[in-house]
Amino acid sequence: MTTPRPAETLASATEATPQPTDWPLWEVFVRSRRGLSHTHAGSLHAPDAEMALRNARDLYTRRSEGVSIWVVPSAQVTASSPDEKDAFFEPAGDKPYRHPTFYEIPDGVHHL
Amino acid sequence: MTTIAPEETAYEAVFDATVAADERIEPRDWMPDAYRSTLVRQIAQHAHSEIIGMQPEANWITRAPSLRRKAILMAKVQDEAGHGLYLYSAAETLGTGRDELLDRLHSGRQKYSSIFNYPTLTWADVGAIGWLVDGAAITNQVPLCRCSYGPYARAMVRICKEESFHQRQGYELLLTLSRGTEAQHAMAQDAVNRWWWPSLMMFGPPDDESAHSAQSMAWKIKRHSNDDLRQRFVDICVPQAEALGLTLPDPDLTWNDERGHWDFGPIDWTEFREVLKGNGPCNEERIGRRRQAHEEGAWVREAAAAHAAKHGKATR
Repeated sequence: MTTPRPAETLASATEATPQPTDWPLWEVFVRSRRGLSHTHAGSLHAPDAEMALRNARDLYTRRSEGVSIWVVPSAQVTASSPDEKDAFFEPAGDKPYRHPTFYEIPDGVHHL
Repeated sequence: MTTIAPEETAYEAVFDATVAADERIEPRDWMPDAYRSTLVRQIAQHAHSEIIGMQPEANWITRAPSLRRKAILMAKVQDEAGHGLYLYSAAETLGTGRDELLDRLHSGRQKYSSIFNYPTLTWADVGAIGWLVDGAAITNQVPLCRCSYGPYARAMVRICKEESFHQRQGYELLLTLSRGTEAQHAMAQDAVNRWWWPSLMMFGPPDDESAHSAQSMAWKIKRHSNDDLRQRFVDICVPQAEALGLTLPDPDLTWNDERGHWDFGPIDWTEFREVLKGNGPCNEERIGRRRQAHEEGAWVREAAAAHAAKHGKATR
């Protein structure tokens, strides 16, 4: 558990033996309206980016859920590994000075 | 993921603690092989049910009695295709490709819900399916929104929102018929008579005969037993039927003050098992049509793949 493994791509965990007509998997991100960020909505199979976009429109925005869609080939996504979670994210824990609450401010000082 | 034995126990402890804390298991987390395979089975069969479930209703699209009803029905069937896709995606996060799952459906190695092997004989069946079949599905699926496997739980949240539109449209359809002419009322009653018992069977075999239940509940894949959910559904439906002005085809249906629930008559489990074995009224027709669509569509899929390769827009 302590030995970090090389990060695998999402695709290696999700793809079975590919066949000639096996369409690649795409991850879909939808931004619901102006000012907000794109959020992962799900995934779908499509032969190319245009079809992925078109299908994502039909599949994930049928009820006006969004105003902008990104599609990304799943094979292009590299994810952090749950096995190395501790080692990977630990540095945040021993640097409390990165949080504003770390700093003591005398009573009576406002708007700081 | 191959691991050596002592590591495995450590992983298992983390898994058990995550489930116990009501946290979600995610695709890249370690999980017991049996947890993975039971989820693949359940999610895939759920996805297959959505896809096969398009057939009985689509049967009436061209014959819908008004443009409004037709548009509603098309939107509903489109939703079901979408639900199938969300669920196949969730199943794929467990390491099985969608093509492989479809193969298992086409070859009969994986099942779909027994309910879709019943025929839609009249327009009122579209209403009965919406009210009863989708109603049973919602009762089953709302607890799945808290399922321990994250991708499945998230797919169910989305699906449940859309299912409630299906259930309401079905109910409204039946209400219109029930309040219509004598012939329309009779047609609505006949549809409810034929769909009531198959809908109760959707909750699966009784608790003492359910093979996967105990383990699935321990893993928090399932939150309630088949019989509990079935009872909940009956209790919900009785007043809804009354408001419709229709009766449920069960002479034993009586309010039990002591239990605070409706008592209902025995379910014909022989029929249930026959349908599951492939001997229901429409099993062959449903799977035959699915296979035909898949086989006859092969050249279109190949053309799309060839076009994508030629224009270099596919993933590398």
